[in-house]
Amino acid sequence: MDKLIIEGTNKTPYISFDNTTGNLEISGKSIPENSFSFYQPLNQWLEEYRVAPAQVTTFNVILEYFNTSSSKCLLDLFRILEKIQNTGKSSVTVIWNFEEGDDDMEEAGQDYSQLINGITFKYVTIPS
Amino acid sequence: MKKINLYKTYLNMEKEEVILSFKGDITKDLLSSIYQIIENRLEHDAEDQKRKKKFYHVLVECLQNMYHHMESLKEIPNEGGKQAASAIFTICRSNDGGYKILTGNFILTENVEGLKERIEYINNLDPVSLKAYYLEKLNSNELSDKGGAGLGIIDIARKSGNRIEYDFEEVNTPYSFFTLAAKIN
Repeated sequence: MDKLIIEGTNKTPYISFDNTTGNLEISGKSIPENSFSFYQPLNQWLEEYRVAPAQVTTFNVILEYFNTSSSKCLLDLFRILEKIQNTGKSSVTVIWNFEEGDDDMEEAGQDYSQLINGITFKYVTIPS
Repeated sequence: MKKINLYKTYLNMEKEEVILSFKGDITKDLLSSIYQIIENRLEHDAEDQKRKKKFYHVLVECLQNMYHHMESLKEIPNEGGKQAASAIFTICRSNDGGYKILTGNFILTENVEGLKERIEYINNLDPVSLKAYYLEKLNSNELSDKGGAGLGIIDIARKSGNRIEYDFEEVNTPYSFFTLAAKIN
């Protein structure tokens, strides 16, 4: 399988998923009107990665904004990571980045960590 | 012949502290431009970061809510035929330094009751219950025909921290005009 690189736009985030290092990154803004078409290839890539993941998987989330339609898609990505963790093939960590003082974004990360089992969430503040 | 004069409109918009107002077809490209205009404006506003972020977030949800309504209603009947369904929105400052976002679009009258009940239900939840309801909907497999599981309205109430104001006006069988207003303090 290949690395997945998608350049960011003013409505969709930058994506860099590397199967050899296990470093996955999503950054920027995610506010498309129909998120499913954007997130579908990400789901597919992760499902393929699930078969033979790297020993350590780090999902670095550096989102400035995301809309509710993206929030559903993000949960789907977390669900696949949860499966990867639970099969014991890879140790998965989510690094949830948010701008200092952005309580809503911090809370959004905590919300996901409540819904997902077995994955460590680390919170990192970005100085504003 | 009627004199052309926008002064009254100007004064009215000035009084209401309108930042941006638009009436017409709501396309993805239009929304991109709107986000860009607002982002540029916010960049130059030296004010509360938190409020700016909340405002931007609520704005995106309000406009996309309207966009999805429009998508499901391509045209509405007009005298002597049909016309493309258009919508309206206005973004204002409010006198306490916050923002107000108003959207107006046509919906089928048969959907009015359901939508009204949903908004009322959300308006009557306290912040803790609202969060629980949001997580429940996020975690459920249920999806609306727009794919959002109806999270948008909940999020508007959650992020704005205010009740959602709304109005329905039956205009032309079988259509009603739906006005939604979100206020960010």
